[in-house]
Amino acid sequence: MTSVQHLAPLAIVIPMLAACVIAGLSFLPRRVHELVALAAALATTTLCAILLVHAKHGQIVYWLGGWKPHHGVALGISLTVDQFGAGIAMLTGVLVVASLVYSTRYYDEVDGPYFALVMTFMSGMVAFSLTGDLFDMFVFFELMSVAAFALTAVRIEERGPIQGAINFAVTNSVAGFGLLVGIALLYGRTGALNLAQIGQALDHHPADALVAVALLLIVAAFLTKAAAVPFHFWLADAHAVAPAPVSILFSGVMVELGVFGAARVLNTAFAQPIEPSLHDLRMVLVAVGTVTAVVAAFNCFQQRHLKRLLAFSTISHMGIIICGLALLTDRALAGAAAYALGHGLAKGALFLGTGTLLYHYGAIDEFELRGRGRDLPVLGIVFVAGALVLASAPLVTTFFGKSLIEDAALSADYEWLPAVLALCSALTAGALLRATARIFLGWGVDAPLSDRTDSEERSQQESSQEEGADVEPHGHTPALLVAVPAVLVVAAIVAGLVPELVPSVERAAAHFRDHASYAGAVLAGRPPQLAPVVESHVKATAWIYALASTAGALLLAGMGLRGRHVLPAGIADALRAAHSGHIGDYIAWWTFGMAIFGGLVLWAVAG
Amino acid sequence: MSPRGRLLLFLPSAAALLFLLIDGLHQLPGFGHYPGPYGYVLNGVGVSQRHATNLVTAVNFDYRAFDTLGEEFILFTATTAVVLILRHMRGEREQPGAADTRRENASEALRGLALAFVAALIVLGGYVVVHGALTPGGGFQGGVVLAAGAFVVFLAGEVVAMKRVAPEKLLELGDAAGAAGFVLIGIGGLIFADVFLQNFLDLGKPGSLNSGGTIVLVSIAIGIEVAGAFLLVWTEFLDQAVLVRSGGDEGE
Amino acid sequence: MSFLPYAVAAWLFVVGLYGIVTSRHLVHLAVCLTVVQSSTYLILLSTGYVRHGSAPIYADIPPVSTAVDPVVQALTLTDIVVESTITALLLALAVQAMKRFGSVDPSFLRQLRG
Repeated sequence: MTSVQHLAPLAIVIPMLAACVIAGLSFLPRRVHELVALAAALATTTLCAILLVHAKHGQIVYWLGGWKPHHGVALGISLTVDQFGAGIAMLTGVLVVASLVYSTRYYDEVDGPYFALVMTFMSGMVAFSLTGDLFDMFVFFELMSVAAFALTAVRIEERGPIQGAINFAVTNSVAGFGLLVGIALLYGRTGALNLAQIGQALDHHPADALVAVALLLIVAAFLTKAAAVPFHFWLADAHAVAPAPVSILFSGVMVELGVFGAARVLNTAFAQPIEPSLHDLRMVLVAVGTVTAVVAAFNCFQQRHLKRLLAFSTISHMGIIICGLALLTDRALAGAAAYALGHGLAKGALFLGTGTLLYHYGAIDEFELRGRGRDLPVLGIVFVAGALVLASAPLVTTFFGKSLIEDAALSADYEWLPAVLALCSALTAGALLRATARIFLGWGVDAPLSDRTDSEERSQQESSQEEGADVEPHGHTPALLVAVPAVLVVAAIVAGLVPELVPSVERAAAHFRDHASYAGAVLAGRPPQLAPVVESHVKATAWIYALASTAGALLLAGMGLRGRHVLPAGIADALRAAHSGHIGDYIAWWTFGMAIFGGLVLWAVAG
Repeated sequence: MSPRGRLLLFLPSAAALLFLLIDGLHQLPGFGHYPGPYGYVLNGVGVSQRHATNLVTAVNFDYRAFDTLGEEFILFTATTAVVLILRHMRGEREQPGAADTRRENASEALRGLALAFVAALIVLGGYVVVHGALTPGGGFQGGVVLAAGAFVVFLAGEVVAMKRVAPEKLLELGDAAGAAGFVLIGIGGLIFADVFLQNFLDLGKPGSLNSGGTIVLVSIAIGIEVAGAFLLVWTEFLDQAVLVRSGGDEGE
Repeated sequence: MSFLPYAVAAWLFVVGLYGIVTSRHLVHLAVCLTVVQSSTYLILLSTGYVRHGSAPIYADIPPVSTAVDPVVQALTLTDIVVESTITALLLALAVQAMKRFGSVDPSFLRQLRG
């Protein structure tokens, strides 16, 4: 094997070793832990970058333990590294580096175990992106989940993190068990766990109830991680209570990995069985994406707790990315990937920015911070820039992603989709602009209108205050706490303008979806024959939608500053009440979602 | 939502989910008619390829060792998480005399038998770990038995003695060392046999103690890690239940 | 009759979910999650069963004899470890919930809403 291939397992195990060193030698000072973690993160990022460059010529297939397939039967586990996998692994590395650099100044005190958990979290995410085996995906899905649950509960002095971690843990674990049942179903039919081999074995059978139910369980598990409605309730709770350097990892890349996982199985294991049902399946998945985007966008606008606002905006943007996946074409997937890149970097910057506000002022509530942000003008600019990325303003990275998705939607006869997605972008960006103007410029009414102060509103106020209560307002801000978010948001804006980036994402998407070449490379070692990809150009309609969503965001921000609401009271209250924080409710909604989504998938695939 | 509303949402959905699961499971080949090919191929070649007679261990520590690596780190992560979550908060302190109360409450018979079991369990645990490639067992099972052996000291009422036998720093070190050990064995495969996690040691004769090459080494690394991890988790919970009291109030 | 293991597994999955939805104690909730997971063990092991097959331990049977699938057993082992870790984590959170909220009833965990 060429030496580059060995970098794949090394990218996964270097953080693991770092975690062992940090946890085993816990008596070492904090600076040593930070350095070890940072070194491991930089190493992994570099290795993934190298893999990304080499994967341009085709998938890098690495059989762990040297177990090459035996007459087409995979004996061991393969790491199948393609550009998308290496790309998202690299994004993971970049965000972990940002998180670690930020946390050197952010935490007043932090134990060694925190860094060990961040390391195992990173190795789980990287392994999930690079693996080519279905059960391996489950194992690393669980690894990144357990690390995430733990990182949510880091601040055990407060009450919120305990509840958030419990809700997160139970919801995602149930989804993981569903995933396992799906894997068992596929294994019972095909006797294989390697993605390419499952795909080949399913080719000989028509798509029946077993394939449909397996698809339901596996895709729904990944969509739970990606916070699709109604599997999304855990995200607002978890993001609201996790410390900022952890939230950047959750919103920046962990939820995107859910969509990545769904895309991976749909394009390898399930590629053949869903061929005849593409039209119907597209309808079902677009429905999921649209409902997610819309419900979360409206909920986002009602929030005053900054982190919860950003959390709901993450869910809404995941809805947009899921729509990209849902259209089931190369162009749409490329759009989803480009959008995820821009969103991940920008959302990361925004979460770090709210962390900085918490550090400086000891508050996280939009109204409590009103006008106080005047001391931090640079941070205000970061927030505005982030809002522009969320609104898919022209020429930012998300603009290019959105334009590809819109183009694909129009070609697939979903004419209404671009308008709906533009509305959602306007809502989430508008909420953020409203909060920014209120905090950094002091604009807007100084208290929410009294007819809406219900118990949910009060509880938001309480939880914002509790989060602030334990954090000593520092009254000053180290430059690093503003510099890191600034760098991330600049990257989010200009990444799309880097020449060749968007066309190479389009090429990578086409290769990702080429399941015949994937199977050939993995099972037979055939060098991939990659068809040339026609590059697309940004159409005029994309400019119109982008300007519309930006203008809409400004309009809605203005409405919000004047205290006006976008939803009638009844619907707004019902939406708020649904997010009750009670785990029984969340699992009831999850089951409901599984029943509806399952029925639709069964009809689409096996009907 | 009220409990009734919750049930109203859940019950029909659960019925539908149950129907979906049964519909899917129904299409499986019947119980006892496994179609293969993965299992049949491994049963055919496993003994000759790896000189191991326990094929489940061979699958876990060789063919699909990467899964086991991930799973070991899940255990490591959860243990670290429990340590992080149950750490002493400001205002909590150890209740004086709690250890002595426990010793007084244990009967003589319990203490005698428990202490007799310690040696037996440790020997059994070690046996199961080392014979992983030959007979049912392996690193995970043996590691839990080893942990139980140390934990039995607590049952005998000797809380303080248990903390001397298994001090927290040592457990953390053991946990981390076991996990790192597995990774290093994998890297050894990379260095000596050109592939990560490749079995690079002499395979020996099937049925003898040193068969299976690196399978035995991996089994030992995992045994150490699992024993350390479980003991660490139990110790943390023990601390909370027996020793820790919040400043002022009675705690739980 | 040969469908019974699968039917039981499907039932366990759903009944565990019922337990979680109606639970009034966090420890009970953690155990209900275990019930859901045990359904996955059952399905995995049932798919790999071979009629008249012995255990895949060739210590004292000739290497050519029929044995059940060793792969699902290895997967179930992994699964059990994963479950035990999640349970440990949830129980640790329950201990802290008791201290912070004064109760382990999920309805009393009302900090995060809206």
